[in-house]
Amino acid sequence: MFLNKNRFFSNTDLIGFALLALLIFVMLPVGLDVFRLNLFGKYLTYAFVAIGLVLCWGAGGILSLGQGVFFGLGGYCMAMFLKLEASSPEATKIQSTPGIPDFMDWNQIAEIPFWWQPFHSLTFSLVAVIIIPVIFAFIIGVAMFRRRVGGVYFAIITQAIAAILTILIIGQQGYTGGVNGITDLRTLKGWDIRTDDAKVILYFVNGGLLFACLFIAQIIRKSKLGRILIAMRDQEDRVRFSGYDVANFKIFVFCAGAAFAAVGGAMFTLQVGFMSPSFVGIVPSIEMVIFCAVGGRLSIIGAVYGALLVNLAKTTFSELFPELWLLGLGGLFIAVVLAFPNGLAGIYKDYVEPRIALIFKRKMHIDEDVSKYDPLEAAAD
Amino acid sequence: MFADYSMGELGAIFAMQGFAGLILFSVFVLMALGLAIIFGQMGVINMAHGEFMILGAYVTYLTSNLFSEYMPALFSMYFFLAMILAFIVAGALGMFVEWALIRHLYKRPLDTLLATWGLSLIMQQIYRSVFGAREVGVTIPEWMMGSLPLTDTIEIPINGIFVMVLATGISIAVYIMMFRSSWGKQVRAVTQNRVMAGAVGINTERTDRLTFGIGCGVAGVAGSAFTMIGSTGPTAGQLYIVDTFLVVVFGGAASLLGTIASAFSISQAQSIMEFFLSGSMAKVLTLLTVVGILMLRPQGLFALKLRK
Repeated sequence: MFLNKNRFFSNTDLIGFALLALLIFVMLPVGLDVFRLNLFGKYLTYAFVAIGLVLCWGAGGILSLGQGVFFGLGGYCMAMFLKLEASSPEATKIQSTPGIPDFMDWNQIAEIPFWWQPFHSLTFSLVAVIIIPVIFAFIIGVAMFRRRVGGVYFAIITQAIAAILTILIIGQQGYTGGVNGITDLRTLKGWDIRTDDAKVILYFVNGGLLFACLFIAQIIRKSKLGRILIAMRDQEDRVRFSGYDVANFKIFVFCAGAAFAAVGGAMFTLQVGFMSPSFVGIVPSIEMVIFCAVGGRLSIIGAVYGALLVNLAKTTFSELFPELWLLGLGGLFIAVVLAFPNGLAGIYKDYVEPRIALIFKRKMHIDEDVSKYDPLEAAAD
Repeated sequence: MFADYSMGELGAIFAMQGFAGLILFSVFVLMALGLAIIFGQMGVINMAHGEFMILGAYVTYLTSNLFSEYMPALFSMYFFLAMILAFIVAGALGMFVEWALIRHLYKRPLDTLLATWGLSLIMQQIYRSVFGAREVGVTIPEWMMGSLPLTDTIEIPINGIFVMVLATGISIAVYIMMFRSSWGKQVRAVTQNRVMAGAVGINTERTDRLTFGIGCGVAGVAGSAFTMIGSTGPTAGQLYIVDTFLVVVFGGAASLLGTIASAFSISQAQSIMEFFLSGSMAKVLTLLTVVGILMLRPQGLFALKLRK
């Protein structure tokens, strides 16, 4: 049993990954039209953030309420490249200064600022999508974790950072597009991202990247690093006294979470075709935490389902009963925290899995080895 | 940026902006006091604090309507009754919330954050359904309108003075409650050592409920005062919640003096910078400075020395 626990993919994980792959790569593309598929692609970009939160919050015990910052930075890096490509001199010849993004022209800015210049290059932009948020997370992480700021204080400060970035983006309209964000994105190296074919391709790219992230998260969780993270969450001082540098592990996992969120943000920009501060601030950042909490803060697969379900519910309910949606979302927050702290994954693990295991055991005529379901293992995973 | 103004003008600007800052300071103090009681003493993050404040504002709005409808003669005095009602309504709801929600989560502070955020969404939606999405304004009694001219360039609005007096009064009241009453003694005992406090016969559960209720009640009074200087909408509370949390954390949780000092410095910095920079840049700079200082000194300005 001990061996089984240490295997990279336990049977449950394997089944979970396979079912999710079946859903994302076969069932959704077959069952949905392009518009709906694109919508699900959008939901899945939030799953990136939720996976990062599982690592930070579920495993590491660091609740960041500023994941929208990294989602937004990644998305803005991508959007800046696409916007520069969309504002070629031919496409923008009606402006008073052709060749610059439209919102700069509206704000009487005559030339592209120097920090926009590198985003002419796709390679730079793709690197920036990951590097800039990670550097940002690194700075925050070093400043906070080295001084042993944690828990509630960290949550409040990350929230303040989300607020600052939003105010900054909205305030600097001429450089960032203000409250509307960077809109009207058209092509990626000449390839039109608005066509139906492009949307399907981007959906699959998104799915592939999601699985890459899931895989990396699984490596982190199953490695010694993952075990230290969990130990840190439960007894930080004991880990410190054992000689581990707690701050470094926290910084690493926070940066990893930021990188995942940034990839999600970039894919969001590509699939939805714009980026705006409404995906950066406090409210979206907290909503991202709820995706993770509903799916189960301890399960990376659960986080993906959480992001899908909450967003699906949001779209459906806010179309049908706009008044009830906020009540429902608020109720969801309370219910998840009070009744199901481990979310859907916890429900599955506590109620569904033992039943399934029981059925299989009966079929295979194995003795009723109840001890195989180890509640401690369920709590630790 | 100072070169364009003469010395006299600069003085007047600083005085006027400083005074505008004092009004902002009063709102911060009123909101932060309730939050400091709850967060500092109980370690609970109440994200719905802004909504409790707005509850107080709506109570004031209803009271003012009631008075203008049935007792126009007493209208000039309605505000004092409204304040008491706001305290009672918000405090009662706070105690109910503590009983129904918060007490199950004392061991999981991060989860209270999420749960109270959910609560704030629900309260916002209820306000929107009951009072409508549009902002409502309260008719200010006659004697609070107008302004006092100090010199020919400096004028002080009377409602601003009133809010400031109110903030000072409530700060003193909270101070007396916390440091001079037996209830305050119990609260501080529970904060410092819950098990020991229980062992010497303090009913910790009741103390918690009362503390949460009073924190929310003070937020309600803050909402009452808020109607004097701004209009009330369902989401107005959310605008202030992050600022207020920063005020409390910056001042050092559990220190009332720290809360007041940090509210003063944050509001003054923001208000004076607002005149020279755009409003959003002033806010960004203020918040950045606060976050920066908090990174250097995470325990805040005035930290309570506690053995953990």
